[in-house]
Amino acid sequence: MANNANKLLVGCAAGFSGDRTDAALPVVQALIASGQPAVLIFETLAERTLALAQLARRTNPDAGYEPLLVYLLRPVLAQCLAHGVRIVSNFGAANPHGAARRIHALAAELGLARPRIAVLQGDDLSGPEHRALLQGALGDDMPTEPIVSANAYIGAQAIADALRAGADIVVCGRVADPSLVLGPVLAHYGWALDDWDRLARATMAGHLLECGAQVTGGYFADPGYKDVAGLAHLGYPIAEIDADGHCTITKPPGTGGCITERTVKEQLLYELHDPAAYLTPDVVADITTARVTTVEADAVRLEGVLGHARPATLKVNVCFESGWFAEGEISYAGPRAEARARLAGEVLRERLHGLGPLRIDLIGVTSIFGDDTSRWLDAPAHGNDDARNDARDVRLRVALQHRDHASAQRLVREVTALYTCGPAGGGGVRTAMRPRLGTVSCLVPRDAVAVRFEMVD
Amino acid sequence: MTTASASTITVPLYRLAHSRTGDKGNRSNISVIAWHPALWDVLVDQVTEAAVAQQFAQRRPRQVTRYLLPQLQAMNIVLDDVLDGGVNDSLNLDSHGKALSYLLLDMPVTVPAHLAPHFGGPAA
Repeated sequence: MANNANKLLVGCAAGFSGDRTDAALPVVQALIASGQPAVLIFETLAERTLALAQLARRTNPDAGYEPLLVYLLRPVLAQCLAHGVRIVSNFGAANPHGAARRIHALAAELGLARPRIAVLQGDDLSGPEHRALLQGALGDDMPTEPIVSANAYIGAQAIADALRAGADIVVCGRVADPSLVLGPVLAHYGWALDDWDRLARATMAGHLLECGAQVTGGYFADPGYKDVAGLAHLGYPIAEIDADGHCTITKPPGTGGCITERTVKEQLLYELHDPAAYLTPDVVADITTARVTTVEADAVRLEGVLGHARPATLKVNVCFESGWFAEGEISYAGPRAEARARLAGEVLRERLHGLGPLRIDLIGVTSIFGDDTSRWLDAPAHGNDDARNDARDVRLRVALQHRDHASAQRLVREVTALYTCGPAGGGGVRTAMRPRLGTVSCLVPRDAVAVRFEMVD
Repeated sequence: MTTASASTITVPLYRLAHSRTGDKGNRSNISVIAWHPALWDVLVDQVTEAAVAQQFAQRRPRQVTRYLLPQLQAMNIVLDDVLDGGVNDSLNLDSHGKALSYLLLDMPVTVPAHLAPHFGGPAA
């Protein structure tokens, strides 16, 4: 339709680090086939991911960007560059310049003309020059342990500026997820930065897209209640955003999954607190009057979103070293498996006494609903749970955390020793130790964060 | 299903609604979305902050807050301090609490029997 010709399409091919890496090609093909201006985003940066990336960079200065970067880009880079589909992503993580270098190397390997890559800077507040700022913002919450990373959630403006300056690819570190969509929308339509209603609408389009398949039938299926075809080849979402910021969510033809009012509502409310005040660096969005309507099969429209002035501050996430996490598991099956698993748990409680709280799960009886202090495990049976202690396939899991590696490691050794010291028929021991990263958040004034982009040609 | 009276029945919440969990820090948010608009009033009546707090008693949320979105026939339930510290501090396998939507969906609710044709899932 002629009146669609200038509407911007934004496709999302990844919703987190660890997402499928084969989602982009159908999305890019659909973007190109539309003939409309189009942008592709990848969202690969959760809270923890950035801290882990910072740790990776410590041991290897060239690392610290999304480890699956090349897997994500290789299938689509040539087509995106050939057809003017710009790419915007936070896969820069802790090393956006490193990511840019790797993308240039990939382009060269593929025989492509060198893309113009903009690298966003300013989110990283981990350097000594920012320590006083963090101390002031955190006060008594300032970690005493070593800080691993500190990043401000920056907004869409610098992304928009980079695209307007001609970037083919915009590589970010920490940025608010919906800003990955709002940035391209601002660049395309040229809205004022205080056009709150429009900014809010495009922000919510970004919120619908930012988790990838979660709006197209992923994290949704519930056989007999919510049936989804083609989970093994889910189509990832594309938002068509009009000049007023209203969006219609679709997916590439011939892909699995579905877009319905139900999938959209679930994603709309995901990770929201007060629906009247969804805060981002760019705007405060209000979805209390939002409406979701089916346009046609697998095409759903979001309208009725309003916006209010953006916050005066930016949120900062600080990650710090926080000791060690240890876990171990052992399985019991057949007659009296549950009694044997419970006995093994009691043995471990006694052997690990004095190391702090020990979490005990009986996987196959009760596990993930329980709390760390076993109120759930010790309470009378819930719902239809059988109270006869006769589960026949039970995996005991124990976990603890400790500042000190050797102390945490005692859990690993005690679970392993159950092979010969524990109840009969125990098998399949698995143990793991991981460094723990604590996080704390604070707010800093916007003008304390110097955001800019650098074009790396 | 048990019959609470001649005109009402008691069913799990999953007959009336679907749900998704999200988390931020030590806070979990769980959406409750009616299968059909006709079920909205009974959801508002039954899925109260107190009822949810009771369903989650062993997780000891510090606070339960319910936000209503009538235009979507949806509500957002926010439970504070229910994740043993959240993804970085909890010892839970499911430290995000992603499964908690199904703890909520298992909650019994009492419903006028004539609404049964709008229930989600297999016909009773």
